[in-house]
Amino acid sequence: MKSAYTWGGILVIVFASVVGDILLARAMKQVGDVHALWRRAGLWTVVARIFGNSNFFLGVAAMAIAFFSLLFALSWGDVSLVAPAAASLTFIGNAFAAKIFLHEKVDRRRWIAAMLVAAGVALLAG
Amino acid sequence: MFAAAGDSMLSHGMKQTGNISLHHLQGILLAVLNPWVAVGIVLLLAFFAAYMNALSWADLTYVLPATSLGYVLLALVAKFALHEEVSPLRWVGIALISGGVGFVAGGPALTAHEHDQDSPPPLLPAKDAARNGAPTEEVVSSGVPR
Repeated sequence: MKSAYTWGGILVIVFASVVGDILLARAMKQVGDVHALWRRAGLWTVVARIFGNSNFFLGVAAMAIAFFSLLFALSWGDVSLVAPAAASLTFIGNAFAAKIFLHEKVDRRRWIAAMLVAAGVALLAG
Repeated sequence: MFAAAGDSMLSHGMKQTGNISLHHLQGILLAVLNPWVAVGIVLLLAFFAAYMNALSWADLTYVLPATSLGYVLLALVAKFALHEEVSPLRWVGIALISGGVGFVAGGPALTAHEHDQDSPPPLLPAKDAARNGAPTEEVVSSGVPR
């Protein structure tokens, strides 16, 4: 029962952080290249454009949900399970989500990278 | 050029988050009102800004592996600054992450974005190729065996 709670928590963390990452990435793509925009129009334009983007706030909200569900999950399960499982599953989930929702070209190189990093994070965080 | 600037910013931010998560554990367990938390929040904001900046010009699937270098830095900081024991299994983890990052960084990854968002599809391949330059395309085709 307790492990069901823990894995449920992990799934919520992974889902929320994938949603957050996707929304933030989409927001920043809509804002455009920050460096170029800064040079062309100044810092305040960049700030105004980021804070005027609704995807940005939705993404931050999703990240906040992910953070608090991490706290909950940590109270239910061991750190050595929750932290690596959530981190590495987030990498895999993000690769899928970026392909589907952001239409990024996730080629073989990036799949391999996502797998390697997910495995490495699982080992390190555990 | 932007890549270099962004990467250095990113790694800078990463080093900072590395510190944060260390203090974070303490902060949560011991006391919320401790000076480290304030420093941690500022550093976390700096990391977030660098992350946002990177996302503005690179793909999510490119930025994420790159940010995972933070774990590697954290382990190295733990080893050399805090003199913690880093187990062989963790060195394997470090090697895997570094390998994964190398995979992405060696690729064209950087500017393959924005292909079917705003502009009509037929124009895109030519436009993208023109923007990225031919060498990038060659790297793709030669780098990944099909």
